[in-house]
Amino acid sequence: MAVDIKLPTVLRTHADGQASIAVEGATIGDVFADLVERYPGLKANLIGDDGGLHKFVNVYVNDDDIRYLQQLDTKLADGDVISILPAVAGGAI
Amino acid sequence: MSAPTPTLRLTAHQHAVIVGHCYDGLPDEACGLLLGPMRDGEPTGVVTEARPCTNVDRSARTYTVAPHDLLRAMRAAEATEGVEIIGVWHSHTHTAAYPSPTDVRQAVDPAWIYPIVSLRDGIPSLRAYRIVDGEITELPVELIR
Repeated sequence: MAVDIKLPTVLRTHADGQASIAVEGATIGDVFADLVERYPGLKANLIGDDGGLHKFVNVYVNDDDIRYLQQLDTKLADGDVISILPAVAGGAI
Repeated sequence: MSAPTPTLRLTAHQHAVIVGHCYDGLPDEACGLLLGPMRDGEPTGVVTEARPCTNVDRSARTYTVAPHDLLRAMRAAEATEGVEIIGVWHSHTHTAAYPSPTDVRQAVDPAWIYPIVSLRDGIPSLRAYRIVDGEITELPVELIR
C-alpha cells in the first residue's frame, strides 16, 4: 500500500526537513520499519523500549487513533494518510 | 546555538481568546495551540490563529492537549502555505506565569513558543517563553491591533 506520513515540525529534522513522506507497507508497523530504515533518527521518537508505539507519540490513520485500532498492526489501504503527533503536555507542578 | 527570541505578537482578539479559554477552563488548567508563519524553521512571532483545545487531563495541575485537537490544528496549518503550529499555551490557575519543571521536561518542540497565563492574582498575566534543552528564555509579548 502506498501511504503518506505527515510529520510534526519537531521530527522533520530527522527526515531531511520533509513534512510529508510517501512510504509503502501493509500495516503501521511495516511503514514505520520502512521509515526508520530511511531515517534512523526517527526510531527513538516512534518506538518505545518495549517495541510498541512510543508513549509520547500519537499516530492517526486518517481520523482514527491507532491506539483504538490495532496499534502497530493496524492495516492500511492505498491513499491512507498517517499523521504522527507528539504528546503536547505540561502543567503547574 | 543560542535560542532565538522572536517577539510573540498577539491581536487583542487572540489575547482575549486565550485568556477567555483559560477562565472557561477553571477550575482546571486550559490549553490551546498557536498557528502562525515559520521562516527557516523558526516562528516569526506572528499568530494567525489561537485555537482553544481540550485538556484531556481535566486537572488543575496538568494539561495534555487532546490529540484530535492537535490533528485538526496540524491540518489547519497544512491548509496555508508557510503556516505551522508554532506553540502551545496553557494556564496556571494558582501559580505564576513561569514554566514549571513539568513544562520544561515535557516541552515538545524547541522551536515552539510557550505562553503561560497565570490566573493567580485576579488580573490574568500572560507571559511567553522558549524552552530549549531545559533552558527557559522569556520572550517579549506585543499586543497589536
